[in-house]
Amino acid sequence: METKKEIYLDNSATTRVFPEVADLLHRIYTEEYGNPSSMHHKGVEAEKELTKARETLSGLLKVDAKQICFTSCGSESDNLAIIGCALANARAGRHLITTNVEHPGVTEAMRHLEEEGFTVTYLPVDETGRITAQQVTEAMREDTILVSVMHVNNEIGSVMPIAEIGEAIKKKNPKTLFHVDAVQSFTKFPILPKKMRIDLLAASGHKIHAPKGVALLYVGEGVKIKNLIYGGGQQGNLRSGTENVAGAAGMAMAAKTLYGTMEEDRKRLYDYKEQLIHALLEIPGVKINGIKAEGETFGRQDIEETAPHIVSLSVKGVRAEVLLHALEEKGIYISAGSACSTHHRDTKGTKEAIGLSKEYREGTVRISFSVMTTEEEAEEAAEAFREVIPFLRKFVRH
Amino acid sequence: MQYQSFLIKYAEIGIKGKNRHLFEEALERQMKIALKRCEGQFKVYRTSGRVFVDALEEYDYEEVLEALSHIFGITGICPMRRMDVLPPDEVRDAVVAFIKEEYPEGKHTFKMHARRQDKLYPLDSLELNAMLGEAVLEADERFTVDVHDPEILMTVEIREESIYLYSHILPGPGGLPVGSGGKAMLCLSGGIDSPVAGWMIAKRGIKLDAVYFNAPPYTSERALQKVIDLAAQIAKYTGPIYLHNINFTEIQLYIYEKCPHDELTIIMRRFMMRIAEKIALRTQSQALITGESLGQVASQTMVSLGVTNEVCTLPVFRPLIGFDKEEIIDVAKKIGTYETSILPYEDCCTIFVAKHPVTKPNLNTIKRHELHLNEKIDEMVEKALQTDEILIVDQKGSRVLKASQDPLADGM
Repeated sequence: METKKEIYLDNSATTRVFPEVADLLHRIYTEEYGNPSSMHHKGVEAEKELTKARETLSGLLKVDAKQICFTSCGSESDNLAIIGCALANARAGRHLITTNVEHPGVTEAMRHLEEEGFTVTYLPVDETGRITAQQVTEAMREDTILVSVMHVNNEIGSVMPIAEIGEAIKKKNPKTLFHVDAVQSFTKFPILPKKMRIDLLAASGHKIHAPKGVALLYVGEGVKIKNLIYGGGQQGNLRSGTENVAGAAGMAMAAKTLYGTMEEDRKRLYDYKEQLIHALLEIPGVKINGIKAEGETFGRQDIEETAPHIVSLSVKGVRAEVLLHALEEKGIYISAGSACSTHHRDTKGTKEAIGLSKEYREGTVRISFSVMTTEEEAEEAAEAFREVIPFLRKFVRH
Repeated sequence: MQYQSFLIKYAEIGIKGKNRHLFEEALERQMKIALKRCEGQFKVYRTSGRVFVDALEEYDYEEVLEALSHIFGITGICPMRRMDVLPPDEVRDAVVAFIKEEYPEGKHTFKMHARRQDKLYPLDSLELNAMLGEAVLEADERFTVDVHDPEILMTVEIREESIYLYSHILPGPGGLPVGSGGKAMLCLSGGIDSPVAGWMIAKRGIKLDAVYFNAPPYTSERALQKVIDLAAQIAKYTGPIYLHNINFTEIQLYIYEKCPHDELTIIMRRFMMRIAEKIALRTQSQALITGESLGQVASQTMVSLGVTNEVCTLPVFRPLIGFDKEEIIDVAKKIGTYETSILPYEDCCTIFVAKHPVTKPNLNTIKRHELHLNEKIDEMVEKALQTDEILIVDQKGSRVLKASQDPLADGM
């Protein structure tokens, strides 16, 4: 079979595992395969890997190693943070605040709490997908126990003012906890939970070139949350179950690699993003989401206020799914909205929240880079869009 | 092991006159194929208008029952206790033990029904009935005899090689054994109707091939997978299905460019039927099958069906023609295709559907508009036929037959 050219631009859905990470996984799976809880040498060996991974990751976040809890996925981290916090702090209050553009891992956890009698405020974002610190403090009540805000929006790449929000929350009520879903931002931006006043922070392995099945939750000093899984009491009883040693080690290695070149990579990806946006805007009836409100112009500086790796565009008169498959025929893989929300057809997503009109909403796709993306690939993608969109527009439903 | 044999009953095959052995052979063949997938060794044999299955070793009762209950032609399955030809007193003890085991709660009316095929057995049927009936009454007073409308018909069959006991019949799917009536080509979309239509025709003894029209990029890989899953479910009843996957995009876009939009669907369906017929003829199918039901959508009005039908020379079977949607859904649920059918992937019939498609197309107008396609359409149809990717779909999944491979060479 001839090998078809592949340009993978769906890195916000998942990424390709770094080869050196895959090698590490293989080594751990076949050599250091012990259970970190075992008393013998194999167990100690595995525990060392786990400890090393914890230290590496906590070092990158500049927090204490014991504050890192490994889980199985970003959604689990979000669930543990939100539900665990609500269960542990229900006596202090039963009100939570979040935004109306969160990942289902957050939104659905909130919905569950509503069924359990908690009250949740969903703050509406503006046309660029952002909320302000002021919105948060205005919504805060005496019984607000948790505020949960995503750092980078997975669908449109807008960046929330996390540091400002953290600051404002603590100024109003130091006891209110702050959870940040950093699944899309970890290793893209420096995140300092202590400085940013973040109490709980979720990040996932497979978005950063580590395998699926591993994620972390940072739990700040003195922050009380209740475990959701009952079992052998691993990880300080916060998350029972044999630890995914290889996954954790892989995630640590990938994160360390990415942190090493974070600034250069970000600049490089902004270059691609800027060029791609310019090329896309030359196509009539194309709109870029998440940077400025409709009709407003924007420049490099505005682009740099968004995530470097996500470009969300809406194309009038073309259905996202068709556009996606048409590009697939050229070996280019992108996403219609986000992979995570396609399972929930009835929940509103970011596209509705930022007020996209229906004709644009149906034609909204997401391109997402990774550090493995090359300039040629970004250029070829732009070229493919220029070619495919006018063709698809010739054939529409009447 | 509770049961060592099964008696297979069939109704309709019995009345097929001189062709009867053909149907019986087809049934026996289908049963052997189905049992091959089950754990254990089985002997299948026909005698005096019935089929017997003897398990020769340990087997999984549920698995065998599941396999047999998917074979068209079978109307009833009787799980039986099989034993050696023993003297009457030992048979008596076995019958009493059997009926008490089958109906531990007692309190039933029964009738003893002995069949003595082995005429050398010391007691005849009447004597056996009397002796065995009495034994049951004596053994458990909660049982009572009712010869007119018994709850239990306790059958004892004395054959030369074995004696069989059975008392209940589980339903089979009915119909005629697959393959006894030839082969037809099913136009399979991802919807609710077409799998049901295929199942209904297969039930009448027809082997199925299927054709699916794919329209990338408008339809996705998942839509094809859905169709494969549907075919796999039907294959539980029919055996492996050869699924022809045809790329229809180019033709569809060409029609879109050249013909009035309110006639798109009808013209598209005419080309689908033409292509389906060409493949059918090439692979020796003797009819086409569609899931059309009168009046369901614009392309399924009586007039529209007439216009679609006009391109075919082979008979087109539309078994759902008089069904309401609810009735179709009931069958889909029964045969296990419904859950897959309702997965939300778009099929190529709906992507360009007009807001107000014609419901009473005029054949002459349609034909005149099709003339606009003259320049390229033949070439495109030929090309579409060459994209024919053949997937052999079994109940456990599918494998792709290389396009160059002759589908007839693989024992079809």
